[in-house]
Parts: sequence; structure tokens; C-alpha cells
Amino acid sequence: MTAHRLVAGLRSRDPEGGWSLTVIGDEPHEPYDRVHLSEWFDARDAQALALDRGVWDDPRVTLVAGDAVASLDRTASVVTTRSGRQVHYDRAVLATGSWAWTPRAEGTDLPGLFTYRTLDDVERLAEWVRLRERALGRAVRGVVVGGGVLGLEAAAALQRLGAEATVVEFADRLMSVQLDQGGGEMLRLLIEDLGVTVRTGAGAHRFLPAGDGSVGSVELTDGSALPTDVVVFSVGIRPRDRVAREAGLAIGERGGVVVGEACQTSDPGVWAIGECASVDGVCAGLVAPGNDMADVVVDRFLGGERVHRRADDGTKLKGVGVEAASFGDVNAVSAGALEVSFVDPIHRRFRKLVLSDDATTLLGGVFVGDIELYSALRPLLGRPLGADPAAVIAPDGEGLADTELPDEAVVCSCNNVDAGTVRSAVTERGCRTIGQVKECTTAGTVCGSCVPALTKLLNAELSRAGVTVSDALCEHFAMSRATLYRLVREEGLRTFTEVVAAHGTGRGCAVCRPTVASILSTLRRGHVLEGEQAALQDTNDHVMANLQKNGTYSVIPRMPGGEVRADQLLEFAKVADDFGLYVRVTGGQRLAMFGARLDQLPEIWRRLTAVGFESGHAYGKSLRTVKTCVGRTWCRFGVQDSSAMAVRLELRYRGLRSPHKIKFGVSGCARECAEARGKDVGIIATHKGWNLYVGGNGGAQPAHAQLLAEDLDDETLVRYVDRFLMLYVQEADRLQRTAPWVAERAGGLDELRRVVVEDSLGIADQLEAAMAEHVRDYEDEWGATLADPAKLRKFTPFVNAPEAVDGDLAFVPERGQVRPADEGDAVAYPDPRVARDVALLAARVELEEAR
Amino acid sequence: MSTFVDICALDDLDPERGAGALLGDTQVAVFRLADGTVRAVQQRDPYSGANVMSRGLVGTHRVTGDDGVERDVDTVTTPMLKQVWDVDTGAVLDAGGKDRRPLAVFAAQVRDGRVLVADTPTERAPAPQR
Repeated sequence: MTAHRLVAGLRSRDPEGGWSLTVIGDEPHEPYDRVHLSEWFDARDAQALALDRGVWDDPRVTLVAGDAVASLDRTASVVTTRSGRQVHYDRAVLATGSWAWTPRAEGTDLPGLFTYRTLDDVERLAEWVRLRERALGRAVRGVVVGGGVLGLEAAAALQRLGAEATVVEFADRLMSVQLDQGGGEMLRLLIEDLGVTVRTGAGAHRFLPAGDGSVGSVELTDGSALPTDVVVFSVGIRPRDRVAREAGLAIGERGGVVVGEACQTSDPGVWAIGECASVDGVCAGLVAPGNDMADVVVDRFLGGERVHRRADDGTKLKGVGVEAASFGDVNAVSAGALEVSFVDPIHRRFRKLVLSDDATTLLGGVFVGDIELYSALRPLLGRPLGADPAAVIAPDGEGLADTELPDEAVVCSCNNVDAGTVRSAVTERGCRTIGQVKECTTAGTVCGSCVPALTKLLNAELSRAGVTVSDALCEHFAMSRATLYRLVREEGLRTFTEVVAAHGTGRGCAVCRPTVASILSTLRRGHVLEGEQAALQDTNDHVMANLQKNGTYSVIPRMPGGEVRADQLLEFAKVADDFGLYVRVTGGQRLAMFGARLDQLPEIWRRLTAVGFESGHAYGKSLRTVKTCVGRTWCRFGVQDSSAMAVRLELRYRGLRSPHKIKFGVSGCARECAEARGKDVGIIATHKGWNLYVGGNGGAQPAHAQLLAEDLDDETLVRYVDRFLMLYVQEADRLQRTAPWVAERAGGLDELRRVVVEDSLGIADQLEAAMAEHVRDYEDEWGATLADPAKLRKFTPFVNAPEAVDGDLAFVPERGQVRPADEGDAVAYPDPRVARDVALLAARVELEEAR
Repeated sequence: MSTFVDICALDDLDPERGAGALLGDTQVAVFRLADGTVRAVQQRDPYSGANVMSRGLVGTHRVTGDDGVERDVDTVTTPMLKQVWDVDTGAVLDAGGKDRRPLAVFAAQVRDGRVLVADTPTERAPAPQR
């Protein structure tokens, strides 16, 4: 990776081509992104880790892959590779990295023991687990030796391969180098929540074979033994310095090629960067210092004076599904250091700040479970915190709001970009979006953990410069959705024609038409398919179903509170059976049927409405589901009737058109089984009533909902939700979810609380009245459609051949059901029912064979 | 030489909305625009391969012509992944970051209140541009 960085840097900073480079690597691939090694398990494809390949197409650059350097002859200035190739150099750069160390112990030569370092390692590990599972006929048991960052990644990787995982760590806690006792303990809880077994205070003593000669068990230093089918070592790395050593270069006491601040070795013609280089006796095991060293060498080659200095770069756990990060003096070993911590074992959060003896200078931080503060605080290391530390790490974490980073504070440590560089990218180089800032400064392009901090800097700089980022909806409307909403409401506009005549140009597009449709819908200006509005609806809203990849639709009836009657289930099943549809439980706690043709939708819904189902609005930018637990009525822990409240809320807000989809969660106690804090509106029961959280969501940018009001009775809760939702619908931008809306709203959550709870703007009545109108006028869209022959006409697939069926549709049997055919499927059936019957037959045969 | 096929009455189509139609085995998407004229393009979305173009949204896009004059071209957006085409030429206006895959265009006209569509494509968009 550091070699790639060097090549990319030299290429971009040496446009005249004064330098040409030969890169020699022993791995058979192009250099790849080792930092994200664990992501290989998602894609199972080395492509997922590819770095920018453009550098290898450059005529100045030669890549020799799959051939290691065997020797370095400094007097002749030539390197010789294992295959006998000789390359002359003016300057040589060693970027040989490190290797994963394995302890000397009995049985480490048994089949089934792996390290976790290279692409080859993960590929061989995956293959072993696959074959072992087949041979054993059960889940593979895995042991990871080493509970550091990589060890935890390896454990998560084992789980992703379908294996059980136990982490064995010799120290008394996980991530013992980076975390303090409290953080390590919280991390253990989180890792165990994932189903990984953790054994601390014990090392691996020896490995014993199973009957077939592969590894079968591991004996620990405390005398106990664990059965195991695969072992992954992650006990540390060692610099790869053999070539340097044999060439007579100075080697550090603990290994590694000794380099100075210019990254030159004891031979001024030989340089070393990355994990093979020893700076002040230490070899760094992170990408950030490696990148910085590569940048230093590029600068020096081009006549610059840049120097490499070791900074504390902090560490962040990645690819495990658990958040942990730290920086600085985590164990408060500095003289007189003070620690301020916040521990919340229920929500699995741990935050700690280490401060100088006068409680002003930030010396370190530990964050486990929730590392939102990490990227904001790490750049302040060694500087005044500028806020009350207790307020900073308090549950709300709002104490930091006004702290401003100094220009020289490093924001992106992977690429060593400071706040000043980001600011000048905005003020002097015209960056207006986070993407432009990344491109311009390279900040945020490696691990991405600094993107929130970058966004903050960008926004602050933009507003300081008085720049209004264009919030135009599209080329047809020069204003934001919020402004358009206000205009449509105030001027009483009723159709798209009126709206575009008054405020837009042309005849609209796929962006503004559905937006105007949504605004007209929220303002109760008629059925979504009535008159001109029908022409504005995206296909999902137009046929009230979700378009799937093959042009068929999914059918998802509403199941308020996740409740469904047996007679409804029977009819649901009969419909799926009669039409050959694929059935599944959705992520939103309800049942769905997939694969319905356009022309089948009315008949399917006729049968569903007959047993009391109604539209679930799964297709709309509207309220989706209110997820819930069973609550007090069934659960021994529940303190309120969460199911009844969920049903009440879902029925109240069903059909409300909004800037984006809205999801609710209602939990009957603090155990939070409904995961309400991951929803736009989250409600958690207390002994005194309900706590109301707002602004959470899952998805690509997950956000936790924040507490808006506490201990509310039923009526107050509903009133506050009315106000919050209506305010969001009126103010938010197109496709803006509640989390960014809350975050970006002037005054943040406190101001929102004043508006919703204290009615500081005096608009509560208006908001509640608008919602009351919505509730009063609600009508089931499918019910209304079925009663209107004009609307049913929209479900004719061919206007000149009403009975014909799309002949290109094809379905493939899979796991007892069907899926759309892909290119390359050998067998596919035009009729999903036939495909389904074949799938059922195959399932029966498999069952017979298993007997 | 293509032949015009009688598809339906103009009133069978909703303004500013599309409908699928069959020309023998060929599927086409027919759109009735706000001014009462009609357009027809291939029904198959070149990106997803699904027969869904008639379910896309129509609209306009402002372009500056070679003569420097601004005008609106009529567009259709696929409901699948939102690529945008010029319905008159089949040219891709927004490929959404993908390669450019034009639509086949079929001549279409309204005569005596009936919608007529040519049975073979008359125009293909220009070859993919880089």
C-alpha cells in the first residue's frame, strides 16, 4: 500500500516524468488495500480491495508482481529477484512491510493453522473453513489467538464464513495496546453480544491434532483445552527486513530498517517506508505513518525538505460490527493525568477522556460502542479541549458543539491532512461538497472515520463565506423542497401544471414530479391517482407496489404492530400459492410477496382487502412500519403496552406522504427489543410513561435517535409526534431523512425541543391541525382503486392486447420458491407456478436423500 | 419500409403517461405528451433488461442547440435506475454513470383520434459517445 502511495504521489507531482519507477512485489496481485482486508469476505473477490489501477498504466511505472527481491547490492546499485531478474537503480525504496508472527509452540505446523495478513491468507482460510465444514458435517469451530484489532477482525471473518469463533488473548483485556481496562471490558461485552467467545488472561500453549491429522484442539496456558477445527494467529507483526539486513543496512534493536526523518537508511541511496522502517526504534503498524513516509520520499525525490514525524494516529476497530477507537495516553500514565469517563453497560457505551493535571489539555481518549466523538476529538490531542470534559462525554455529547479546531490540527490522520488544508480547499480552491473536499485534499479517502469532522469543517467554512449551496430541486425548480412546500401551501396550488407555471420551467422530470406529487398528497389535495396527479407518480406510487429488478412488483399489506390474524395469513398464503409468488418476512417486520405482474396486482389486492388487509405503503415515501416488541401484555419485562401504542401510531400516520420514508419503533422496556433508537421516531417505555427519541435511522449512514422528551403519557406522546412529523414534512429537503434534518436544523436538537415541546414558535396548533386533517381524510389507496374502473385501467400491460403477458419474464426455482431468472441461468420458466412446483419437488427429493 | 399499426384510441392513453403495446412480438412503450402528440420507444430498459420503459416518467430537459438557442427536449426516465433518454432520438441524456445505451425509437402519430406506431424502429440514437 505504501509503495502504491509512493507511485501515485510521484506520478501526480512529477508531470514531466523526471522519475521512472520499478515496483517489485512478491504477492501475485497488484498492491491492494490491506487496511480493508476483512471486506474481502463480503464480496469474496479481490476486486473489492483494489487500489487505483491507473498508476500501473503509466509508462513511467513498471510493476513486477509475484517475484520477490532476493538481494540488494549497494555497491553496484542493483537488486536481484528470486527469478534472477536484475534491476539497476539510482535510488531504492524498501516498502517490504511486515509479516504476521506466529508463536513457537508445539503443533504450529498442523494443517488448519493460519495467519491473517494477506489476500492469500484470507482466501486460504475461507477455503479451509468451507472444506472442513463439508468434511465434518457441522459448523466449524475456530480459535483466534490474539485479541487485538486484527484478531477481532479475524474472529468476525470466521463468523462470516459460518464458523464459531473463540478469541484467546494473553493480556487481561481485548485490544490491550489501545484500550484501558474499562474500554476493554466494554468491548468484551460487545464482542460477546456478537456471539464470539472471549478468553482473556490465557495464551495458546500447544496445538493437538484431530484423528485425521488436522488441528483438533488447543491447550491454553491455564491448563484448559478448546476443541478447534481452525486456528488463526494474530499475535503481532514483525518488520520484513531480511534483504536490508543482508545488504548491511543499519537495523533497529527490535528489527526494522533504521531511517531518519527523511526516511533515508544508513545508505543515503536507499530509503525505507512503512512497516519495515524503524523510526526512533519503533516500527509502526498503521497505514497513516506509512502514507506519510511515502509522501516524504516523494517530496525529497522532487527536491523538497519534508520530514516524517511520528504522531499519535489513534486506532479504530474496523470490519467487526463493533465500534472501538482510541488515541493518545489511554491509560493516563502522564504525570498527574486526570480521567473522566462515562460508562453505560445497558447501551454498551464507554467513553473516556484523559486530561492534563489542570483539566484543560486533552491527552487521550477511549471510545467503545459509540465512537462518534473520536473523529471530532482526536485532532485536539495535545491541545485545549475548550469545553467541560464531562459535558463532552455526557450521553448527549453536545458539549463539544462550539469547539473549533486549530488550522494545524490533523483531521485525517491516514493522509495527514490538517484542518487548515480542508478550510483552504473550501475558501481558496472552491470545494462545495464533501466529495470535492476529498478529491482536492485526499482527506477521508482511506478509512473514512474523519468524514463527519470534514463535513463539519466544510459546512462551517461555507456558511462563514456566505456561500449558499444550491438547494435547487432540479433544473425545473430553482428552490428547495421546503420552499416549494411553503409556496404550494400558501398559494393553494392544486396541480402540477399550476405549480410549474407559478414557480418552475418546462414540464418537469423524474425528480420534481414525484416531489410535487408528494407535497400535493401531504396537503390532502386528492387521491394519488386522481386526475393529473397520476402522471406525476413514480411507478411504485402509480401502481401502489414496489418495482423489482425484473419488472414485477412486490405486495406488502399493512400489519400494524406486526400483528396478523390466522385467517388473514391463510388467505395471504393462498394468494401466494395461486400466483406462484415468493414469500418472505421483510426487514420491517411484515410479510411480503414478490413476483406479481402489473396485471395481477388488482386481483391480488381484491383478495387481500377482502380479509381486511390494506395498503402497507411499502412503495411510498411515507410511513412504513412501526416496529415493536410484544410489550407488557405478554413479556415479563415490559412496563408499557408497546404493541397497542405501535398499532395506534401506525394507524394514525399511515399514508402520510413525506420527504423520505419514515420508520418508527416502540419498545416496551429499556431492553429495546424493537431497536427504536434506530428509527426516525423511537419510543421506549419507562415506568412513568414513554421516552420519545427522534432522528434515528439505519441504512447507509446509520444514526441513533436522540432523546426529545421523557416520561410522557399516551396523549402527550401522540401530540409531540404529530408536531415533530408535520414539522419534518414541511421543512425537510427532498429525500432528506430525519437524522440529517435534525442535525442540520439551526439550533439542533435543543431548538427542536423548544419548538415541539414548548411550542416556542407558536405553531403547535397549526401542526396538530394539519395532522388531524390527514388522519380524518385517510383512505386506503388500494380499496379506493379497486372501486374505480378508470384507475384499474392502469394495470393493463399492453393497451392493444389486454390479455397478453410479458413473454420475457422468467423464473428460476430456488430453496422451495422462485427468483427472477438471470442471464446465464440454464433453466428458467415463464410461469412462476411451474418454477415453484419444480422447487418444491427438488426440496422433497433433497429431504428423501437426507433420510 | 415500415408499416403503421393502429394501437389504440388517443383517449386510451393518459396525458403525460406511457402504456405498453405489442407490435406482433415486439414490445413498445407509447407516451401521450401534454400537447396531444405521441412518442414510441422500445419497451425494454437497456440497463436492467426488464420491459418497463412505459412505466417511466416523461418530462423535459433544457438543452442549448448548435445555433446557441435554448429549447426543451422531451424525455423519459426509466423507473428502474433512473437513466434519462430523449424520446425523439433515443439518445441517452443521463446515463447515471454507466455506459451510454440508446433506445430504439419507433415513429408514432395520431390520425383521426387513433394512435399509430411504425412496426419497425425508424431511428437509432447515434453510436455511443465517449
